[in-house]
Amino acid sequence: MSGIGNILTATEPAVIRFGEVSKSFGERGRRHRVLDRVSFSVPKGKTTVIAGGSGQGKSVMLKLILGLLKPDSGQVLVGDRDVAAMGYRALQEVRMLFGVLFQGAALFDSLTVFENIALPLRERTKFSGEEIRQRVIATLEQLELAGHEDKFPAQLSGGMKKRVGLARALQLDPEIVLFDEPTTGLDPVMTREIYQLFTQTQQRLGYTAVIVSHDIPQVFTLADQIILLNKGELDVFTDASRIPYSTQPKIREFARQVMGQEAGEE
Amino acid sequence: MNQEQSPTPAILRFAGELGDRVLYILTDLGRMGIFLYFSLLGLCKPPFRFKELIKQVGFIGAGSITVIFFTALSSGMVLGLQGYYSLHKFGAEGMLGSAVSLTLIMELGPVLTALMVAGRAGSAMCAEIGIMRISEQIDALECMAIDPFRYFISPKFLAALISVPLLTAMFDVVGIFGGYLAGVKLMGVNGGAFFAGMEQSVTNHDLRLGVVKSFVFALLLVWICTGRGYFVQKIRGAGFGAESVSTVTTQAVVMSSIAVLIFDYLLTAVLL
Repeated sequence: MSGIGNILTATEPAVIRFGEVSKSFGERGRRHRVLDRVSFSVPKGKTTVIAGGSGQGKSVMLKLILGLLKPDSGQVLVGDRDVAAMGYRALQEVRMLFGVLFQGAALFDSLTVFENIALPLRERTKFSGEEIRQRVIATLEQLELAGHEDKFPAQLSGGMKKRVGLARALQLDPEIVLFDEPTTGLDPVMTREIYQLFTQTQQRLGYTAVIVSHDIPQVFTLADQIILLNKGELDVFTDASRIPYSTQPKIREFARQVMGQEAGEE
Repeated sequence: MNQEQSPTPAILRFAGELGDRVLYILTDLGRMGIFLYFSLLGLCKPPFRFKELIKQVGFIGAGSITVIFFTALSSGMVLGLQGYYSLHKFGAEGMLGSAVSLTLIMELGPVLTALMVAGRAGSAMCAEIGIMRISEQIDALECMAIDPFRYFISPKFLAALISVPLLTAMFDVVGIFGGYLAGVKLMGVNGGAFFAGMEQSVTNHDLRLGVVKSFVFALLLVWICTGRGYFVQKIRGAGFGAESVSTVTTQAVVMSSIAVLIFDYLLTAVLL
């Protein structure tokens, strides 16, 4: 089998690389291939948007990066280490590089907002109780969540849950932050707020961002790099205006469907 | 030509499906085995979460006291009445204390306690973990490099191993009291004979058997109930979302109850 060097020839500093990754789901005889020999890299310090329709494998990519799923074939490199080949301890080390904002925020139902945000600090650092309290309160104020610290997730709106999820994801100063459908279920005002929050925090902390979204074309305004997926085909762009001129027919078809008929015909 | 070939695909299909099913069962057993290993390993990994342990002992143990009390009382009273009815035929009512206590300590106490705890706390544990799984809370823990076993599964194991034997002891005491009420107070058996018979017939070996059973049953029910919840998305035919949690919760209670009954026979056969 070809090594990652053969698959990925990019010389720019990349923090994540996919090399010919395939992944299928389903039971025997009814397996559905979601990713078919997919290769791309995520440049350091930049924002990569992974977009496509539902069921195209966008969230699967995030789970592969985090080692929550293993590819059927191919390699997923974080830095220069293959996530799929890692043992438990090494995987724990790699996961410390990441912050993740889940689609449903994945807040712990039985913990308050304060406890949810404090959790990674309590479990993964040696900070004193007072230091943790100060850090959490500072984060709550930055994300306009002050006054809500004693509420439980069930008492929060969708937008607030996302903000708490983002606050928790940023607590350990991650190098890479993964956003899984950060604006799903939010109204346009809240969506804009989440995007502003993203821009502010990224400018302040300088993390590499990977955003999985089907909020097209709005999410493209955040992107330094766009990865489009449709029916097993994948194309990478640095400029959203080039999407309709993709060499991949299924990507052009997707662009016509979601970005307007005129885009594909120009 | 086609007619000649038609039986072969059917046989192959059957063999394929059989093999697929066997592979699924083996995979599931392997998964559950690894789950048990990490759950027990989590008990040895500091820092220990005493607050979570106390919360779980409160939920599994203290929360089950009422149901255990009434189950034990009614079982003991029924045993007292049935025992009196049977022994009276042979003029051996004096053996009632012995019969009631031995039945409760070696069999009914551990088994019924485990079944009650599986129904009350086991189902809740399975549903809680299942919901945490489908709402990505467990994924979130793993992404924060927090070991979910040490964080919330191992404390449930330890809490069950502490609570179930204590509840079993309570069941035995309340059940014997129920037998005493029915046999002595209602049917007129001599109270002294009731307790003397119990004292003479119950040995340390009988008590040990009851204690061993209660520990094994505790491990079985917490393992199956938490394990099914943890793997809710990997269980074939369970469906998706809320439906999968409800299906798997029912399955967990049924499986743990059957496992308790099977192991009851095996332990009795080996240790008696």
